[in-house]
Amino acid sequence: MGLGRQHELHKRRFGRNLGLGLVLAGFVALVFGLTVAKVGDDGFSMQTQSGAEN
Amino acid sequence: MSDASFDSTSAAVTPGDAGFSDYFALLKPRVMSLVVFTAFVGLLAAPGSVHPVVGLAAILFIALGAGASGALNMWWDADIDRVMKRTRGRPVPSGRVTPGEAFGFGMTLSVMAVVMLALASNFVAAGLLAFTIFFYVVIYSMFLKRSTPQNIVIGGAAGAFPPMIGWAVATGGVAPESLLMFALIFMWTPPHFWALALFMKGDYESAGVPMLTVTHGRRATRAHILVYTILLAPVAVGAAFTSLGGPVYLATAIVLNVLFLRQAVAVWRRDEATAAADGYRGEKKMFGLSLTYLFAHFGAILVQQALAPLGLGLGGW
Repeated sequence: MGLGRQHELHKRRFGRNLGLGLVLAGFVALVFGLTVAKVGDDGFSMQTQSGAEN
Repeated sequence: MSDASFDSTSAAVTPGDAGFSDYFALLKPRVMSLVVFTAFVGLLAAPGSVHPVVGLAAILFIALGAGASGALNMWWDADIDRVMKRTRGRPVPSGRVTPGEAFGFGMTLSVMAVVMLALASNFVAAGLLAFTIFFYVVIYSMFLKRSTPQNIVIGGAAGAFPPMIGWAVATGGVAPESLLMFALIFMWTPPHFWALALFMKGDYESAGVPMLTVTHGRRATRAHILVYTILLAPVAVGAAFTSLGGPVYLATAIVLNVLFLRQAVAVWRRDEATAAADGYRGEKKMFGLSLTYLFAHFGAILVQQALAPLGLGLGGW
C-alpha cells in the first residue's frame, strides 16, 4: 500500500489520532508555560544571583 | 465519590477499534469533574499563593491522576462491570478497549501525573496523589470492594484526598483545615453511595459485590444513611468556624444540612413497598441532593475566599 493511499483504517483512527495530537500539543504548551512560570519565579532568580556571587 | 450515572451509556456493544472517547471514558470524567472542583477549592482556600500557571498545571495533574486510577479500577473490575447494568457499556466490559490497554493506559498516566505534579509543585502534593491512586486501586478496588460491606466507607477516603492535595500544592503541607475538607467528603460518601445502592436494585447483588444493601438488607442501609448523615452535619457546620468558613458558608451549611437530614429521615421511614411503588423517588432525591450538598459546601468555601478581602471571610470570624 502506497503511503499516499487512504486506507479504511486511517478513517477509523482519524478521531483518535487527532485527539491524541491535540492532547500532546496541549501537554507541550503546558510544560512550556510551567517552565516560563518557574524560571520567572523569584526563587529561581535568587538562586541564580547567589550562584553568581559564589 | 461515585461515578454513578444516570448515563445510560447504552449497553449496545460496538466492537472494533477504540475511539478517543473510549479512552476518555476510562478516566471516569464525572468523578474527575468533582476531583477538579474540590482540588481547586483546596488550592484556593489555602494560605499563600501559587503562580496561576502552576496552579492550573497542578489541578490538571491531580485530575489526570484521578482519571488514571479510574482506568486502573475499570481494568480490575471489568468482570463485575460486565454483570452490572449501570457499567456494562464501559469500554473494557464492552470489548472496545482490552484489559491490557486499560492497564497500560492507567499505569502510564498514574506515573506521569505523580511525576509531573512533583515537578510542578512539591513532593508532599505528589506523595498524596500517589497514595490516593494506590488507595483507590489497591486498597479499595482490589481488597475492600469485594470483601466488606464497609467498602465504600473506607474506600471513600480516596475521593476525599483531592482538596488536601490542592491545599498541599499551595502550602507544601497538611493542616487542620485540609483535614476538615477531607472529613467532609469522607463522611458524605456513605449516604451518597448507599442512596444510589438503594435504587440500583439488584445490580450489586448480581455482581456479588457485598454492598450493605446485599449483606445487611435495605432496612439497615436506610438506618446507616441516617446515622452517617447525622454524623456528617457537625463536620460540615463546624467548618464554618475555621479559616475555611464565614457567614456565607455557615448559612449554606445550615440550610443544606437541614435539607439533607430531612431527606435522610424520609428515606429511613420509607419501606420497600412504598419505595418500589413510586420508583424510588425519595432515594433518587437523596442521591441528587447529595451531589448538590457537596458542590454547595465547596462552592461556599470558594465564595468565602472571594469575600475575604471584604472582611467577610477569614478575618470575619
